[in-house]
Amino acid sequence: MALPELKQSTTEARLASLSLPEGGCLDAARRAAVSRVQTMGLPDRRDEYWKYTRPDTLTSADAPNAAVFDSGEAPMFDTFDRIRIVFVDGVFDAEASDDLSLEGVNIERLAEIQGKDIHWAKDIYGVLEARGQTPVERPLAALNTAFATDGVVVHVTGKPSKPINLVYRHETESSDAILHHVIKVDSGAEATILENGPAASRFNKAMEIDIADNGTLHLVRAQGRDHERRAATHLFARLGTEAVFKSFTLTVNGVLTRNEAVVEFLGDDAVAHVAGACVGDGDFHHDDTVFVTHDAVNCESRQVFKKVLRNGATGVFQGKILVKEGAQKTDGYQISQSLLLDDDSQFLAKPELEIYADDVACSHGSTSGAIDEDGLFYLRSRGVPESEATDLMTLAFLAEAVEEIEDDEIAASINDRLYGWLARRR
Amino acid sequence: MLEIKNLHVKLEEEDKQILKGVNLTVEAGKVHAIMGPNGSGKSTLSYVLSGKDGYEVTEGSASLLGEELLELEPEERAALGVFLAFQYPVEIPGVGNMTFLRTAVNAQRKARGEEELSATDFLKHVREKAKELKIDAEMLKRPVNVGFSGGEKKRNEILQMAMLEPKMCILDETDSGLDVDAMKLVADGVNALRDEGRGFLVITHYQRLLDHIKPDVVHIMADGRIVKTGGPELALEVENNGYADILSEVA
Ligand SMILES: Nc1ncnc2c1ncn2[C@@H]1O[C@H](COP(=O)(O)OP(=O)(O)OP(=O)(O)O)[C@@H](O)[C@H]1O
Ligand SMILES: [Mg+2]
Repeated sequence: MALPELKQSTTEARLASLSLPEGGCLDAARRAAVSRVQTMGLPDRRDEYWKYTRPDTLTSADAPNAAVFDSGEAPMFDTFDRIRIVFVDGVFDAEASDDLSLEGVNIERLAEIQGKDIHWAKDIYGVLEARGQTPVERPLAALNTAFATDGVVVHVTGKPSKPINLVYRHETESSDAILHHVIKVDSGAEATILENGPAASRFNKAMEIDIADNGTLHLVRAQGRDHERRAATHLFARLGTEAVFKSFTLTVNGVLTRNEAVVEFLGDDAVAHVAGACVGDGDFHHDDTVFVTHDAVNCESRQVFKKVLRNGATGVFQGKILVKEGAQKTDGYQISQSLLLDDDSQFLAKPELEIYADDVACSHGSTSGAIDEDGLFYLRSRGVPESEATDLMTLAFLAEAVEEIEDDEIAASINDRLYGWLARRR
Repeated sequence: MLEIKNLHVKLEEEDKQILKGVNLTVEAGKVHAIMGPNGSGKSTLSYVLSGKDGYEVTEGSASLLGEELLELEPEERAALGVFLAFQYPVEIPGVGNMTFLRTAVNAQRKARGEEELSATDFLKHVREKAKELKIDAEMLKRPVNVGFSGGEKKRNEILQMAMLEPKMCILDETDSGLDVDAMKLVADGVNALRDEGRGFLVITHYQRLLDHIKPDVVHIMADGRIVKTGGPELALEVENNGYADILSEVA
């Protein structure tokens, strides 16, 4: 079926602006992804899945410029003992990165492995992304698979002693980066991945995560504070029996962010939590789009998304729990809430449940509102000044999402950033 | 200490007069009780004194230790020494009780130009007071009032009062929902704070609390006014005969 004319021309223009890496073990996956993009076409505003978020600046041939922002803050996770892998405007920076050897994990770069004829990553690269194209199309992810210039290929075989930190620096105001990461967690293995930084003026990132039986992965990311940056990110996670996946995303500023997460339970008794906290002021549009598929018995999924919006900022949440036939004893929870600090800001939510099993417990809720006046008065009546009371209430509102981070130190560092954002606006 | 003169208050949102000329003076070192039928304006008076939004003062004044209260923000009144133990303490999910207490104590100290309490001093102090009120450490860690029983919430109010050491303590039905033992604990907590520099305004429906916290003066409020003032015997009269006699007498 032919694409609508505008979609066709946008897609062609974008494809023409990129060059396809050739040869090696990922060649077939890349070519297949190109044809997926050609068939689907890149998203436009008429697409139902993009009803609340305009994709044009994410699909245009050239990335809109974004000023490099100096926050004056130390980089996130700076005080942690971790392995740093630094990308500057999407380009690997060997000098700024640490030595990549660490017991319990094998870290390689996508740019290095793609020349090889055989590599395990071939079984995951573009595979989870392709699975994630049904029932809802995600053309920007296919575009990523086709054209990603680099990324990390991480094989977690044990329990590495420190987190792996992907650092994304933004130094050029016209940068347009496409990175693709593949994470494979072996049975019984456990690792933490940290991501932070604005990455580029426009960032298209995909991460495919395959967690074997009993494997555990913690993912905590902090999308950088550059006000004009844009990002479309995709996370595809596939879980085996008793696997655990916990993801948290902090978004502070950014003119446009679309974070998609696609989680699929293939083995029984697994747990996946996908959480996010975002704070936006003014020219800020943040979209969390999540799709969780239960295709196994007795799995638990949680989606916890909190947004604090002011000065006309917009928050979007599209979240779905799909419970397939036979996925009995599913425990699915989804909550999306926004705290609107003024009347100009808005929150658009589309929570969905689709259930084909009879013995399940699924709940979802979405709310949007101002700070609780009674709570505020209670705090003030005890002598807490209004601005501080408001901050306390705001952090409290975000707490349910931040609490999804298991590591207390990491959670505290996230809270610090949130507090800083609030304090700067007092 | 607390001087309320001809206080008239209406609701901001609707044309409804609730307080219709309240006159009341609480001297330092004294305990005044206010009783009165449901809806007579007792909680409204306590809210207006502590600075809650939604009320409009149309006439009259209120001052604490010579400072006009009604123009001040709630936190400024708190720093001056006003404390309200809420009839319905508010639940604040996500804010830990301990964080809340420490923020409050230090905010008030800061507002008064005093040094902030160190974390260890604060902790020691809270533990001591909490123990006296039989509030366990677990409750201190939980979010403010969330999942607390009715009686636990009231004890938590008294804990805050004990920590903040206010000048003017207003207790709005702190006895409601308390079992006999908890009532005693709360009364002990209040009595421990009684001293010459501190005034109390105790709103209650029952004599029982006043058996433990002996009032110096008892007021009856009806339809937005103090209609009768007397000694402790007035509370006994209410307990025995209800309000009918008193109200018809003043009508
Ligand atoms: N915010 C409000 N909106 C509407 N009505 C109000 C509001 N606040 C107070 N009122 C009304 O004002 C009157 C006095 O209420 P208030 O709570 O002060 O009574 P009270 O004496 O404390 O009663 P109780 O003994 O039942 O606690 C009542 O009729 C109440 O319904
Ligand atoms: Mg009342």
